[in-house]
Amino acid sequence: MDSLCVQALRQKLRISAREVPGTLRHGLSSEVFAANAADAGVTGFVLACIGSNAHPILWVQDRLSGKEAGRPYLPGLGAKRSILRVDVTRPADVLWAMENGLRCKGLSAVIGEIWGDPPALSFTATKRLTIRAEAGQVPCWLIRRGATADLSGARDRWRVASLPSAPHPYDPQAPGDPRWHAELFRSRQSRPGEWMARYDGAADRLDLSAPFRDGALAEGHGTDGQRAAG
Amino acid sequence: MERWQRVMERTGNAPPDDLPTVLATEGAHGPVIHAANRPARLNGIRTGARVVDMRALCPELQVEYADVAGDQAALERLKIWARRWCPWSVRDGADGLVLETTGSDHLWGGEAAMLADIEARFSLLGLTVQLAAAPTWGAAWALARYGRVRAICPPDEIAQQLGPLPVSALRLEADTLLLLRRLGLKTIAAVAEVPRLSLTRRFARTDLPGNPRLRLDQALGRLAEPVSSVEALPRFRVQSRLAEPIQDPTPYLAGLCEDLCARLTKAGFGCRRLHLAVYRTDGEVSVLEAATSAPSRDAGHLRRLFDDRIDRINPGFGFDLITLEAGAVEKLDIVQTRLDGAAEGDLELARLVDRLTARFGARSISRPLMRESHVPERAEGRISAIAGAPVMPAGPARERPVRLLDHPEEVRVLYAVPEGPPVQFIWRRQTHRITRYAGPERIAPEWWHDRPGTRLRDYFKVEVELGSRFWLYREGLHDDGRGGNPRWFLHGMFA
Repeated sequence: MDSLCVQALRQKLRISAREVPGTLRHGLSSEVFAANAADAGVTGFVLACIGSNAHPILWVQDRLSGKEAGRPYLPGLGAKRSILRVDVTRPADVLWAMENGLRCKGLSAVIGEIWGDPPALSFTATKRLTIRAEAGQVPCWLIRRGATADLSGARDRWRVASLPSAPHPYDPQAPGDPRWHAELFRSRQSRPGEWMARYDGAADRLDLSAPFRDGALAEGHGTDGQRAAG
Repeated sequence: MERWQRVMERTGNAPPDDLPTVLATEGAHGPVIHAANRPARLNGIRTGARVVDMRALCPELQVEYADVAGDQAALERLKIWARRWCPWSVRDGADGLVLETTGSDHLWGGEAAMLADIEARFSLLGLTVQLAAAPTWGAAWALARYGRVRAICPPDEIAQQLGPLPVSALRLEADTLLLLRRLGLKTIAAVAEVPRLSLTRRFARTDLPGNPRLRLDQALGRLAEPVSSVEALPRFRVQSRLAEPIQDPTPYLAGLCEDLCARLTKAGFGCRRLHLAVYRTDGEVSVLEAATSAPSRDAGHLRRLFDDRIDRINPGFGFDLITLEAGAVEKLDIVQTRLDGAAEGDLELARLVDRLTARFGARSISRPLMRESHVPERAEGRISAIAGAPVMPAGPARERPVRLLDHPEEVRVLYAVPEGPPVQFIWRRQTHRITRYAGPERIAPEWWHDRPGTRLRDYFKVEVELGSRFWLYREGLHDDGRGGNPRWFLHGMFA
């Protein structure tokens, strides 16, 4: 009975990315913090949220992000995607390139990677990105590594870490489909929470389900319409 | 000479004006005089004479060595700078410039006003010029060197004006000049009076520099001598002349872009390259270039390409002429791809690429594309985004990481079996215990690319305790005869 209840609850909470309030319906600007700097789970999570699209992605990296966490690798991202890569040195240049990219309607998304807490990435700068994204209706994803979650104007703020992957269908030794622990800790439109996220390749969407170990999954922490700032 | 004087003044070593000074170059029999200042000329010093002879004439002579290559370079720069008066200019010998001012003199209020302006501009640079305007190159050469000050020669007066000049005004070789002097022909009029048949017969075998008949024909306009500029004239060029030298071209840029785009629109072209040139008052030209990925004639867009780079232009002490020219143009018809009038994605994307390229340089903006190779770092190539969208081959059959390190980083690995998977590894001073792995996937070196002795790689996809997934490889095998024990590297991260 208990397990059935959990099953039902999981079914209820299993929502596609398009139904996650704040990711695609409203919040066009999101900030994702990597729990571990060298972990590529953040990249997978962001790409799963964006989904496949014929339009190119503008991918802006500063120098440290490229050196420490590697460059996006097209054969791994899939042949369907097309990418416009911008490698710049300073975080201020990343923000400039992102702002210009958000003006352009021919892009499916703008991804920026900034290492640490540079002074250029102030509340004003993130607010500008948000306004620009909402004016142009282009999703903006800011990936931050080695950073602290201080003041930001992003609509949604996530913290993402890799989880042990799903079992491989044919090989018990091998890692299977990736799974991530995604925590939405600040959001303008939707209720913050924690989920186990995985990419549903067939439907091209992000599946969010409550993590197994969390007994208090249905407790509603946070309230609707919580402010993004802070 | 004057250039040398300027350089010396700048360094504070200028000799007094009344001291006879010459610049010398190395000749066959010791140094010869290349240029002399005014007091030296008054003392009877001729250029081309040997320095030792002239020392005998004028014992207090100061001799410095001339910088001939520097003079040539300065003249080349002046050649470009002189295009402020006309579209075409070429260098003439070691000390002259020829400007093709046909059709551009009226912009300056006539030829006399133009010559006065040219002289004033050059005197601001500290240079004296001898000017002449004539219908042919030869006549202009003769009048500038032997004629009146700022001589102007209408087309019907060429023979009349050239007549009294000495024969050396015909640009002839020294041997021919000597011969003509011995024949008693001292002026151009005297040469012109000799029957053509006799002249032709006498100089039948000499070529142009030594042939007075051909030179005379050139000067009189009977033999064409076009001014062929090295760089072709850009078809679309606008300029703005300023009353006073300024330092910042920004306020004029919008107007220039609009003018240029209006002309491009009229002709049905779009530009791929833009050159913004400022003509500085000190005789230099600074140029700023911008490129577009698709032909464009949108004034706002073109102006924005210069937005953050205008401070890279070197204004010197100010400039008083700005030109904007479309370097490469392509046919661009007016198209409407959508009926609802909404903005077009492709166009916006091309403009974004232009703006990013203008700001960060073409190397920073790239489109990754897949190549047909199994070696991971070769499977992805990059082309400059400004070149356009690439055509992709199919992707790899096996799973690949989403991120790849620029250079594989060496890790220290603990393994149970030498050929088997690792159990734990230390990367960036952190120990990771491996819980699951897939592999190995063996990738052999490409013998047609790699050096001999390159070792094969066995790739493992591993998952560590915390959940991160990495791509490790072992370089080589034990006892494969290509170096010592195999080393392990971390190459990428899986999502």
